[in-house]
Amino acid sequence: MSTPQPPMPQAAPDRPAAPGPSFPSYASPIPVVRTHLGHAIASEWTKMKSVRSTMWTLGVFVLLVVGIGLLAGAVVAGSPSDLSGENALSLGLFGLLLGSMCIITLGVLTTASEYGTGMVRTTMTACPSRGRVLAAKAVVFFLVAFVVTLVSSSLVAVAHVALLEGNGAEDPTGGEWLKATVGISLYIALLGLLSLAVGSIVRHSAGAITLMIGAVLAPLVIALFMFAQSLAGVRQALLEYSIPNQLSVFYTQSLSESGPSGWDPLWIALGVTAVVFAGACALLEKRDV
Amino acid sequence: MIEAVGLTKRYGDKTAVYNLSFQVRPGAVTGFLGPNGSGKSTTMRMILGLDNPTSGRVTIGGYPYRKLPNAPRQVGALIDAKAVHGGRSARNHLLSLAQLSGIPARRVDEVLGVVGLQDVARKRSRGFSLGMGQRLGIAAALLGDPQVLLFDEPVNGLDPEGILWVRNLMKALAAEGRTVFVSSHLMSEMALTADHLIVIGRGQLLADMSVRDFISANSAGFARVRTPDTEPHLREKLSLALTEAGGQVLPEQDGALRVTGLALPRISDLAHEAGVRLWELSPHQASLEEAYMRMTQGVVDYRSTADQKAGLQQPLPPGAQPPVPVPGQGQPGWYAPPPPQHAGAHPYGGPGAAPQPYAQPVPQGQAAPAQPPAGAPAPAVPAAAPAASAPSSVSPAPVTDPTKSEDAR
Repeated sequence: MSTPQPPMPQAAPDRPAAPGPSFPSYASPIPVVRTHLGHAIASEWTKMKSVRSTMWTLGVFVLLVVGIGLLAGAVVAGSPSDLSGENALSLGLFGLLLGSMCIITLGVLTTASEYGTGMVRTTMTACPSRGRVLAAKAVVFFLVAFVVTLVSSSLVAVAHVALLEGNGAEDPTGGEWLKATVGISLYIALLGLLSLAVGSIVRHSAGAITLMIGAVLAPLVIALFMFAQSLAGVRQALLEYSIPNQLSVFYTQSLSESGPSGWDPLWIALGVTAVVFAGACALLEKRDV
Repeated sequence: MIEAVGLTKRYGDKTAVYNLSFQVRPGAVTGFLGPNGSGKSTTMRMILGLDNPTSGRVTIGGYPYRKLPNAPRQVGALIDAKAVHGGRSARNHLLSLAQLSGIPARRVDEVLGVVGLQDVARKRSRGFSLGMGQRLGIAAALLGDPQVLLFDEPVNGLDPEGILWVRNLMKALAAEGRTVFVSSHLMSEMALTADHLIVIGRGQLLADMSVRDFISANSAGFARVRTPDTEPHLREKLSLALTEAGGQVLPEQDGALRVTGLALPRISDLAHEAGVRLWELSPHQASLEEAYMRMTQGVVDYRSTADQKAGLQQPLPPGAQPPVPVPGQGQPGWYAPPPPQHAGAHPYGGPGAAPQPYAQPVPQGQAAPAQPPAGAPAPAVPAAAPAASAPSSVSPAPVTDPTKSEDAR
């Protein structure tokens, strides 16, 4: 390689021998623009689409949601079971339950992988407004997660309704359609956003993913083995507010009659995510990178 | 212009940087030197707002880094070569940074060309060698065409051609009126590149002066005098004459004498008066490396020890010579003579013996004054010196090229 020089215009090369009142200065010919969140979002979108882990996690997510959904639909349709009075959409739950792990992983990787690779130092040097970077990550990730989940869950829902017509399943109402597609997608995307904030707090991919998967599964598993009579109340709360049960609320079927219903899970997820995200922002501003 | 005032950083009870104040001016390459663990990288991170100082402040053009409007257009930095996501291609990495600061995308291809990575622009950076990683880091620093540039160890892992390129790049950037702040361990490289030096040790400022001043303040040039090997008494005679005339004489391992405090013609005259023939009389200029070693030897945190292999070795057969240790292991070796103004008090220049005029007082146990001047060979017995096979000596240049400068260029 020859010794290339940067394509700079010739500034006056008068360097002072002694510190004087006026220093030489260099002005770049590239126009300086005032940066805002939009720049950070464009940057994060480039980052997200340029690593393979995004394609892998989202690919596996679609595979799980659509594959398991169609499989469950085909099995039920092939059996002589009578589904009269039941909702055909509810079979979509299984795929999404497994698929949510992929969204959690992607959410954590969006923030924590920068710490693992050291990229975060480059990013924070290029944009010292740390909150802006985190906000841009959140916006890009949330939109990607929401759109992918919405497309997958809608596909599965349409297929289920078509497959299970012959088994006497009722036609879902408009409200049920909305909850089983848009509602569940918002919930899954919020779960991912929570993982993103946890990833930013923990700053370690494996640790944050473990933490989030534990948060999804542990309450349900613990409640299953909580046999003591005096703990019945705790057991009931753990069951009702466990994330798998909250997911099933979107399909108007729950493990119990009490507990969250309707659109409640979404408000719960929104509140928890907001609190954790605010904590992540505060820590990001305060801590050393 | 970078300005630090009373900059202090503590991690728990460990003080990484203590009360550091300096200015880095535009239009010059400023070298940032210090032993491993002396706080260079911590200082760099504080300049870039990555770490918050415990106390004090550091500003660029009057603003703390995190308050700078569109910081990457004013400051470019290479912090470490591997601060990239290995799964992303070089071009996408730079593109994301360009988008973040509103730089047009075609600038990405420009800087890829500048650092010579255009052929691997679409390869994932995980497969890059250290040198290629450095080039990518330099590309990121140049991306915003900024007024202030910081480089932490930019030539690490670069090939000789790359080192030459970086050297010229730094000078060209400074000549355009930019502020260039470079940390490095390579003294020969710094001697060629830097105009000004900031030296720290154990997190404190040791020196802030031009390269020329730094060398003359910390290490003097000397004359090498060699008398005929066949007549050892001539050497003692000359040593005596030179010492009486006010010079300082230090024997070298191979029997030559290092003389400071006397000009070359004066040495020749004295030798003539004493009736001593000379085989060599040559001027030697102290190098930046020698000056640096002198200054920082007291604040080196990580020093290698001799590899004892205690209890692991077979006992030596009777009559066998023990292996010669590697020079530089264990005790510090020979260091360049002290500058003339201090040489009178400490003629043999033991470590830390010369007061450092620009050094600040070090409260927490600076090891330097306590250290015995072990490196200097015993001056009273010059005849014994050649016998020892240089156990702990930075050997001076051999006789074959007596006029060669000690400077490693």
